[in-house]
Amino acid sequence: MVALLDITGLGKSFGGVRAIDGLDLHVDKGEIVSVIGPNGAGKTTLFNLITGLIPTDEGKVEFEGVDILGLPPSAILERGIARTFQNVRLFPEMTVRENVMVAQHCRTKAGVLAAIFRTPAFRREEEQIRRKAEDTLGFFGNRLVGYRFDQLAMALSYANRRRLEIARAMASDPKTVLLDEPTAGMNPRETQELTELIGKLRDERGYTILVIEHDMRVVKGVSDRVVALDYGRKIAEGTYDEVAHDERVIEAYLGRKEAAG
Amino acid sequence: MAEAVQTDLREELLPAREVDLRRSVRVGLLGGLTAVFISAVGMVQSFDEAGLVVGPLSFGDLLLLAVPFVFGVLAGHPPPVLTGFAEPTSGARNVIAGGVAGLLTGVVIGVFVALVDTFDVRDIFTRISPELLDILTYGQTLAVGILIGLVADVILGLAGGASQLLGERWRRPLFWALLVVVMLGVLEALVSQILRGARLDRVQDALYAPTGELRLPSAIAIGLGLFGLGLWLRDQPRAVRQRIGAMEAERRRLVTAGALVALVAVLGILPWVLGPFLTEVLNIAGIFLLMALGLNIVVGLAGLLDLGYVAFFAVGAYTTAVLTSPASQAFSPELSFWVALPLVMLAAVAAGLLVGTPVLRMRGDYLAIVTLGFGEIARILFLSDALKPTFGGAQGILKIPDIAIGPIEFRGPELFFYAILAFALLAGYMVYALQDSRIGRAWMAMREDESVAEAMGVNTVAAKLWAFVIGAMLASFGGALFAVKVGSVFPSSFNVIVSFTVLIIIIIGGMASIPGVIVGALILVALPELLREFQEFRFLLYGALLIVMMLRRPEGLIPSRRRARELHEEEVVQDARLRAQAAEASATASGE
Amino acid sequence: MAETVGLKARRAGRLSGVDAFLWLVRVVALVAVAWGSYKSISSGRLTAAQWRGLIVAGVSQGAVYALVALGYTMVYGVLRFINFAHGEVFMAGSMMGFFVADGLSGTAMWTSLPYVALLIALLAAMATSTSISLVLERVAYRPLRGLPRLVPFITAVGASFFLQYTFAGLFGADSKAYPPVEVLKGGFTIVGFRFGRTQTLVIVATIVMMIGLYLFVERTKAGRAIRAVSEDQEMASLMGINVDRSIALVFAVGGAMAGAGGLLYGLTFGQVDFLSGFTVGIKAFTASVLGGIGNPVGAMVGGLVLGLIESLGPSLVLFGLGVPSAHQLQDVVAFLALVMILIFRPTGILGERLAEERA
Repeated sequence: MVALLDITGLGKSFGGVRAIDGLDLHVDKGEIVSVIGPNGAGKTTLFNLITGLIPTDEGKVEFEGVDILGLPPSAILERGIARTFQNVRLFPEMTVRENVMVAQHCRTKAGVLAAIFRTPAFRREEEQIRRKAEDTLGFFGNRLVGYRFDQLAMALSYANRRRLEIARAMASDPKTVLLDEPTAGMNPRETQELTELIGKLRDERGYTILVIEHDMRVVKGVSDRVVALDYGRKIAEGTYDEVAHDERVIEAYLGRKEAAG
Repeated sequence: MAEAVQTDLREELLPAREVDLRRSVRVGLLGGLTAVFISAVGMVQSFDEAGLVVGPLSFGDLLLLAVPFVFGVLAGHPPPVLTGFAEPTSGARNVIAGGVAGLLTGVVIGVFVALVDTFDVRDIFTRISPELLDILTYGQTLAVGILIGLVADVILGLAGGASQLLGERWRRPLFWALLVVVMLGVLEALVSQILRGARLDRVQDALYAPTGELRLPSAIAIGLGLFGLGLWLRDQPRAVRQRIGAMEAERRRLVTAGALVALVAVLGILPWVLGPFLTEVLNIAGIFLLMALGLNIVVGLAGLLDLGYVAFFAVGAYTTAVLTSPASQAFSPELSFWVALPLVMLAAVAAGLLVGTPVLRMRGDYLAIVTLGFGEIARILFLSDALKPTFGGAQGILKIPDIAIGPIEFRGPELFFYAILAFALLAGYMVYALQDSRIGRAWMAMREDESVAEAMGVNTVAAKLWAFVIGAMLASFGGALFAVKVGSVFPSSFNVIVSFTVLIIIIIGGMASIPGVIVGALILVALPELLREFQEFRFLLYGALLIVMMLRRPEGLIPSRRRARELHEEEVVQDARLRAQAAEASATASGE
Repeated sequence: MAETVGLKARRAGRLSGVDAFLWLVRVVALVAVAWGSYKSISSGRLTAAQWRGLIVAGVSQGAVYALVALGYTMVYGVLRFINFAHGEVFMAGSMMGFFVADGLSGTAMWTSLPYVALLIALLAAMATSTSISLVLERVAYRPLRGLPRLVPFITAVGASFFLQYTFAGLFGADSKAYPPVEVLKGGFTIVGFRFGRTQTLVIVATIVMMIGLYLFVERTKAGRAIRAVSEDQEMASLMGINVDRSIALVFAVGGAMAGAGGLLYGLTFGQVDFLSGFTVGIKAFTASVLGGIGNPVGAMVGGLVLGLIESLGPSLVLFGLGVPSAHQLQDVVAFLALVMILIFRPTGILGERLAEERA
């Protein structure tokens, strides 16, 4: 089976520090792969490289068989890779609905003149955008619907903000979603809910999902496959049980203390 | 075991934070300084020439006496109740706090008066004159004057503090009643004109004395009447809104349509009711409104702080002048206004691109300064000898013809009003249409977080240029109308003050809120035109207003079509409130 | 960090149209400057001595800009905020200098001990500017720290207009003419360059104050604290530095320099009015950006360069290009310099020195 996302020999340095080193990662369509590793292992950097936010030093990133290195983030989004951010980056003074509507920007095309003259095509597209936004938000049950649509994003609770981030990623009709620590800061109940949600994202919407996570309960509940990074290198790969018991992984999480002490 | 834990969790409130008398001292000193400031700057004296109400107190006196009252209100204000603290007892403390503030204000003024009496500082402080001294001592001798002032200030301070004892229910109508009475006094010319125009001479006579001041009995009657009205109507606006909200879409649309028709009818006859002078004032405000709507798109929607907006205004005005006036030297096609208009738009587009392109990659504050520079460059170029052949240099361009549609010439303020109204409606429509659209959302996203917006596919280069171009076009319409209205263009009209005024209209009026901008234009442009005494202190007050606004609403430049409250409240609190509202609305709807 | 780097990652063709336009602007500007200069010099309208005079004037003017620019650059370096009202701080100092000078001009001191009189005026000017700068910081800026940058900026704009019209109201809107100082009349020539006495005073005073500032920032404890706060506010506070006081000190020092600049400006141009701060403010800000914002040495260099550009620009470039009455466009040249620098080298000649920006 041809991998949906095919990364080979990826490398990136910041100054003298090797953030990613010779990384190979293949993700098949419909998989949920978790990326784990201690802080500073390069997980978010990996996401930034895939989505084009930072330029790569060496290696290859192929999506659906096409090389996407060097493309701007918007082009990569258009091809079908959406992401959320570790520190939620919503548009605070736009409403919940508007945040999800604007996420469809790359899939829509009405221009300034169409807006001014309110052409029928414009109105149709607006209606579509709006409905799609509300549908997408409906994916999260009752949490982001009804009067929530018109609430400003900055007024939302923390958990709802993370959900809104995911809704935004969904709105661009991606094929792959990259979730960067989606449950960070959530309480156990919310975490459980989100774990189920990630499964739903794959089962109901057919997304291929790459998740960076620290919470092992989530990793265990969600993953088809787990990849462990340390110092920018892949140190283990396999099912949750295989990786969780891998010596190198355990050492990476604990071993830092020894190295420091 | 569980029960024991439960009772221990019962809340014990900490003792309340009471009104702090030391703070009142500071507030009072600040009040005194304010009073000294407005005296030294000349406001008291200028306002003194205008009368407000028939009686021994002039407007200047009233202004001076307003200070201890206002600062008394501030001093008596209870500190905010934090969770875990008991509610403070309101009562004597608030009143005393007000009185203390008033006392200190009086003391500071007294000291100032004594100093002014002893030393002649007219060489330096040009407005501190014997006339001012006279006002400050209420026409009495020095000692008596100071004493009167002191007593009056204390009383007013006490009153101010006492006003804090009234609940919000009472204070709001009181405030509005006072405001309306003051406005009636201040805008005597306007009101008299309207009343006489409507053949209500008797009413006019009942309200105003021949000197133009309000008659005291009328003032009191109106004040009390409005206060009562305010109390009675307190809940009505919200109830009306709820009823409208609960109506089905069809009925609601009828109601809105009806309101719009009524509005259009009023606007249609307005110039004839108001007369030439007042219509002219509205025309000036209208041109600023047009520009404010344009700047709204640039600053409010797209987040580009353009401080040199006057450049586009100037381009519009000068292009119109050059193309339509026979007095234009180098190049005089003498086109009609409507033929020239597309060319004016073209010039605006060019200007928008010229300004927008260099600033594409600049940070917000740099962008502001650079656009400010462009504004100055425009002014200097239009003034320069180098471009004198085309733009007339310091002499400008004269004899700009009026707008005409067929045989009808829009001469005179009344007819011109309709021209301005048409363009303003166009601008308003554009703001409304763009806000609620893909490009509007793209602008807002760019404003909030440029890199994430870029990552989502927003072409920030195109978006920024569009914003500048559309903003430039609307400003150029304003410029074109201005040129035609005045009949000539001089470079002195196109300075940074214009940019600043337009900016302050949208900041104070509320960005991206069309009604807010209208109100802003009326208050900040129309009102000063009517208040002669106000003119020289206009920008001083604008500056102070900006500072106060930023300090009090530090969350900043909020699009006020959202209720500002939402930004202060947590989601949980908002949910509760919205649920309660929804319940009320459905109760009202089902109750019908 | 991802933000700035992400913006760089936009290599796609989307910007190439804009880039092409900007390259065109670069080329046109260079050609215009070169051609205009060549024509102006070869036209022989100005003698070599006159050119040298323009250079001296430029340096002297630039010194005033440098002093005012210090305030902008230090505040921006610490708070990443343009103190739009700094021009009015300058104006206030200049006005106070006028009042003191005017007051003293009637006395015997003015003729017998002119330098003492000027010193008193200088100190008065500096004291006034410092006070206003401190009040501004305490009342208008400190409460808004941490908010999106445009909020304090707009406050600063409001403060700027407020101060302008306050001064107009208090002291009158007319120009205040500085009393003539006998001892500053005339000049002398060094190495073919003619230095007016006033210009010399300005340049010398500026150099002295710059040295003083340098010593203060590099050698004193308070100065070190300021440098620490400039680099990383959070770290500095964790190390026990009173950040509020250091920031207040920055405003105070900037204000003092601006006040001095105000007096020197008054002596150079002979007059000041309530609007003087506006243009000087923008130009001083241009100077600080030119030299590299956040960098005090940059302010000095930037001021100098701007002074020279302004002084020589019209005669050197515009005249040669056939622009009539080029001297009227002096300010245009200065503003264009700002635009050019921000487009092509926004970090300035010597590079920026800004505080760590925490995400």
